[in-house]
Amino acid sequence: MNWQVMIESLPALAEGALLTLELVAVSGVFGLMLAVPMAMARVSPRGWVKALPMAHIYFFRGTPLLVQIYLVYYGSGQFEAIRSSFLWPYLSEAYWCAIIAFTLNTSAYTAEILRGALQAVPRGEVEAAEAVGMTPALIWRRIRLPRAFRIALPAYSNEVILMLKGSALASTITLMDLTGVARTIIARTYTPMELFLAAGLLYVLLTFLILGGFRLLEKRLNRHLQPR
Amino acid sequence: MDLQGFGAQLAAGTWVTVQLAIVSMACAVILGLLGASAKAAGPAPLRALGTLYTGTVRGLPELLVILLVYFGAANAINAVASTLGYTEYIALSPFMAGVIALAFNYGAYMTEVFRGALATIPAGHREAGQALGMGRARIFRRIVLPQVWRVALPASGNIFLSLIKDTALVSVIGLEDLMRETSVAVGYSKEPFTFYVAAAFIYLGLTALTTLAIHGLERRTTHGMRTLSG
Repeated sequence: MNWQVMIESLPALAEGALLTLELVAVSGVFGLMLAVPMAMARVSPRGWVKALPMAHIYFFRGTPLLVQIYLVYYGSGQFEAIRSSFLWPYLSEAYWCAIIAFTLNTSAYTAEILRGALQAVPRGEVEAAEAVGMTPALIWRRIRLPRAFRIALPAYSNEVILMLKGSALASTITLMDLTGVARTIIARTYTPMELFLAAGLLYVLLTFLILGGFRLLEKRLNRHLQPR
Repeated sequence: MDLQGFGAQLAAGTWVTVQLAIVSMACAVILGLLGASAKAAGPAPLRALGTLYTGTVRGLPELLVILLVYFGAANAINAVASTLGYTEYIALSPFMAGVIALAFNYGAYMTEVFRGALATIPAGHREAGQALGMGRARIFRRIVLPQVWRVALPASGNIFLSLIKDTALVSVIGLEDLMRETSVAVGYSKEPFTFYVAAAFIYLGLTALTTLAIHGLERRTTHGMRTLSG
C-alpha cells in the first residue's frame, strides 16, 4: 500500500468531492421541484392527469441511470434541430447533461416517495380542513404538502444517498467528480487500490454528512412528535 | 425503429446482461445468507465484520466497487497467488470482475434483507426442530429457509431489479453486455439517440418481465398464507 500517493492526492480528491456534492445538491433541488407537481398529479383521481407522471416514473425507474446519462449526453446530438437551438450550449456540456439526467432520474424516484407520503396523510386531517372551509389550494399548501414532506423525509434521505452513489456515473462522461479525479490520477500513477480506497472513504464520509444533515432536519421538522 | 442490422448484436448483449444479472444475484443471495447468519448468530468478531461489511459497502458507489474489483482485486489476487508460489499472471475477465463486484455490493443489501427475515422466524420453530432431534443444518434447511424465502421475497425482488439496472455499469470495464454493444452500434451508425432509446426499452422489458416473475413467485410462496387482504 502506497500511503504517499494517497496523501498527496487528497487535495485533488477533495476538489472532486466538492463537484460530487454540487451535482447532488443542484440536481436534488431541481428534482424536488419536478417531483412535487408530479406526485400531486399522480394522486389525482383523473386518468389523463396521472398518465404523464406515471409514464415518466415508469421509464426512469425501469432503465439504468447510465443509459439515461448517455441518452442525454450523446443522444441529444443526433438531431440537427437540437444542435441549432438555444439548448445546445447546455446539452453540449457534460456538466449540464449530468445535471439533466440526474434531475430526471431522481424526480421519478422522489415522486414515488412523495406519492406514498401523500396517500399516508390521514384522511381526517384533510376532512377537518374541508370542514373549516379551506379551499383545495389552501389544503394542499397548509395540510397535505407539509404533512407529506415530513412523512417522506426518512425515505427521501435514502434517495439522496442513492443519488450520491449514482453521481459517480458522471465520471463516465468526462466530469471530474470524486470518481473522475480518482480515475485520472490512477491513469498516471497506476495505484488503483490506493486511490479507489481513498475515494471510497470520502464517499462514506459524504454519506455520513448527508445522513447527519437529514437527522437534524428531521429532528426540527418532526419536533412535535418527539417525547417531551 | 431502424436498427441498421445491429439487432443481433443487441440481442447477444442482452443475453450477456441476463447471465451477469442472474449469476451475480445467485452469488449475492449466498453472500447475504452467510452475512445474515454471521450478523444474527455468529461470534462477536464475525458480527463486527458483518456490520463493517454492510455499513461501508452500502455507502460506496457501485461504479467505484466495480472499478476497485477490476483494477484492484486483480493485483491482490496475483499478490496472493505469487506468495503461494503460483507465478503465472491471473487475469480477471470483465464478466468475473462484474460478478464479484455486483455480488459483493448486493450481498450487503441481501444481508440486511435476510437479517430482517430471519428475525421473523419464531424461536419455537427451531426448538420444535431440536425436539424432533434435527441437527442445526437440517433445521436451517427444512424449517428456517423455506419460511425465510417468503418473507425475504418482496425486498429481494426490488434488489434484483436494481441489480439488473446496475449491470450496465460493468460495460465501463469492457464487458460486452447490452450497454457496450449499444455503444459499439452507436460508434458505427452515429445515431446515439436511436440506439440508446432501443437499449433503454430492452432494459425496461427486462425489468418488466422480472417484475411479473416476482409477482408470480410471490403468489406461489404466499399460497395458503393469511394476508391482510384475505
